[in-house]
Amino acid sequence: MEVLKIATAGSVDDGKSTLIGRILFDTKSLTSDKLEAIKKTSKKKGYGYLDFSLATDGLVAEREQGITIDVAHIYFSTLKKSYIIADTPGHEEYTRNMVTGASTSQLSIILIDARKGIVSQTYRHFFINNLLRIKNVIVAINKMDLVDFSESVFNEIKSDFLRISNKRDFKEQKITFIPISALNGDNVVSKSDNMPWFDGCSLLNYLENVKEKDIFNKTNSRFPVQYVIRPRNQEFHDFRGYAGKVYGGNLSVGDDIVVLPSNKRTKIKGIYFFNEKYDTATRGSSVSITLNDQINVSRGDMIVKAGDLPRISNKINAVICWMDEKKLTIHSKYILQHGVNRVFGLVNEIYHKINPDYSGIDSNIISVEMNDIAKISFELNSPIFCDEFLNQRANGSFILIDELSNNTVGVGFIQ
Amino acid sequence: MKKDLSHINSLENEAIFILREVAAQFDNPVLLFSGGKDSITLVRLAIKAFYPAKIPFPLMHIDTGHNFAETIEFRNHLSNKYGLKLIVKKVQDSIDEGKVVEEVGPYASRNMLQTVTLLDSINEYKFDACVGGARRDEEKSRAKERIFSVRDSFGQWDEKNQRPELFDMLNGKIKHGQNVRVFPISNWTELDVWSYIQKEKLDIPSIYYAHKRKVFYRDGMIWSAQDGIVYRNDDEEIIEEIVRFRTVGDMSCTAAVLSNASTISMVIDEIKTSTISERGARIDDKRSEAAMEKRKQQGYF
Repeated sequence: MEVLKIATAGSVDDGKSTLIGRILFDTKSLTSDKLEAIKKTSKKKGYGYLDFSLATDGLVAEREQGITIDVAHIYFSTLKKSYIIADTPGHEEYTRNMVTGASTSQLSIILIDARKGIVSQTYRHFFINNLLRIKNVIVAINKMDLVDFSESVFNEIKSDFLRISNKRDFKEQKITFIPISALNGDNVVSKSDNMPWFDGCSLLNYLENVKEKDIFNKTNSRFPVQYVIRPRNQEFHDFRGYAGKVYGGNLSVGDDIVVLPSNKRTKIKGIYFFNEKYDTATRGSSVSITLNDQINVSRGDMIVKAGDLPRISNKINAVICWMDEKKLTIHSKYILQHGVNRVFGLVNEIYHKINPDYSGIDSNIISVEMNDIAKISFELNSPIFCDEFLNQRANGSFILIDELSNNTVGVGFIQ
Repeated sequence: MKKDLSHINSLENEAIFILREVAAQFDNPVLLFSGGKDSITLVRLAIKAFYPAKIPFPLMHIDTGHNFAETIEFRNHLSNKYGLKLIVKKVQDSIDEGKVVEEVGPYASRNMLQTVTLLDSINEYKFDACVGGARRDEEKSRAKERIFSVRDSFGQWDEKNQRPELFDMLNGKIKHGQNVRVFPISNWTELDVWSYIQKEKLDIPSIYYAHKRKVFYRDGMIWSAQDGIVYRNDDEEIIEEIVRFRTVGDMSCTAAVLSNASTISMVIDEIKTSTISERGARIDDKRSEAAMEKRKQQGYF
């Protein structure tokens, strides 16, 4: 069965959690005991309706404040597909979680409150969807019941949105507009009679039929070595398996390969998954491979096909999204984790801040603050083997780790 | 032949990637084994991740003394079969040492007590990573978990200040005294676990299948009648029912469900049509709406 990973984004009170609760309810994914708990709590709070956000806001603080603080992962399935929704918070200070949720998603739903129209968070959400190259974006204009299901309100918001989205640099992105009421279920699972003027399909109907083609499919093979398997027992005395995940294209037995950084050349001898042998390992599989020649290979090295080398460099330019309260400043040093490889990175230059409202860049900055998106250059203490993010997500991104706190403080997209 | 990536295969590959990160990033990891279906799945994944080498870390079971006999039997069978290194720590020892006090009354269980034994054991062995079989779809506060989830030296979860996890990059860097809880099957659902058990033909404890059992009813739930472990009022009458367990915790905190599912495909059919959630029969979750979150903050899995 096909899996669709979705990220939802919206501002405070746009009704994201309510929407997800509504989808769960209408697809009969909420079990009777969970529903009972929602009924009980809704009644206790004195609501005249079922508060579906109670199904997803898993933390006490969230239920107290009626907001979503952290990414929640929600699972449900229909006869056609399995869905994983990353429900991400709308508060500006939780933007880092929004990037987190979007980083593993194939499709994104942006919610807009029909009464309020586009707000500054909407720009940011859309910008992040662009930055992360999410191919399908659904703009769900919610709370249509509170604007009398008005077609002109919907059209106005739609044209406002298109004015921003025309400025995006990722033109392949598909944007679909759907007017909904999450609270009452209009156009969520089935088409609403309240909006006969809308000629599109319901939200779930769209999700069920969307074809998710991976635009990163045709890229180069990259095999970062995660772990070396050496059983050292009698049966497998000389076995040296290099364990890792295949990124980009496939790898096959007999392929001519190069090990980086040593630049040693050899061939792939065997591909193993548990006790089975394979001729080819496809993208995304966690296999272990053996090589024809005894070469010294360790964690952080990368096996690639000969003639298909990545960029090997100790200087990189990247767009970063900063996620820590402590600012990033010039000449500061971070641990840069690129896949499973870690090096040290020194901030060489801060070129400019990119305004996520598409109003351009701000070159007059000396530091990067929490939630800022900026273009930076790093000098590394040893080279990494990378690709441009636009060509390959996995090998074109990295995280930044603060040496003192050990926290993940930023994410970068290599240019 | 190609390795294809269907849904269950991609979950398996993701979990193997995570387990290998554990072995590579930590000095002294441990796999927390409860004897339930999720930790049995984890053991299988760990065997596959490092084959033909052995799993490069031990298993640890926190024995509450309230376990089902079938679970303990199964635990010993599994560790013998695969030559796994198994550490067993007993909640009874923590009680005897005066570190925890046994609960009393009709709802007495050792569910809260085992957190103390767990945290003491983590300190004793200086484990820096504890791999567990918790899944995000089980319970709403677990839905908020990261794959690598940092705990302070008191075992506490700071749920409002979690590290962002981007793409598949895992940051296991910690300070001395901290440890990381690792959840390789975060993205699996209950049905995924059962499909995997079926696909891999894994043995599981017999109590997951329908069997005849002496039980009594309380609050609409079916409790195991086991004197000395499960408190029972005099007016709570023991009867025999055909039941199975959907989750396996302690006898004193896991209720049974009426079921005739005696094979794995019958279990899968039953789950597909069930209108009750997996943890609907967990007495420990019913204490309050935030029962799980509170336990997690204290260091529970």
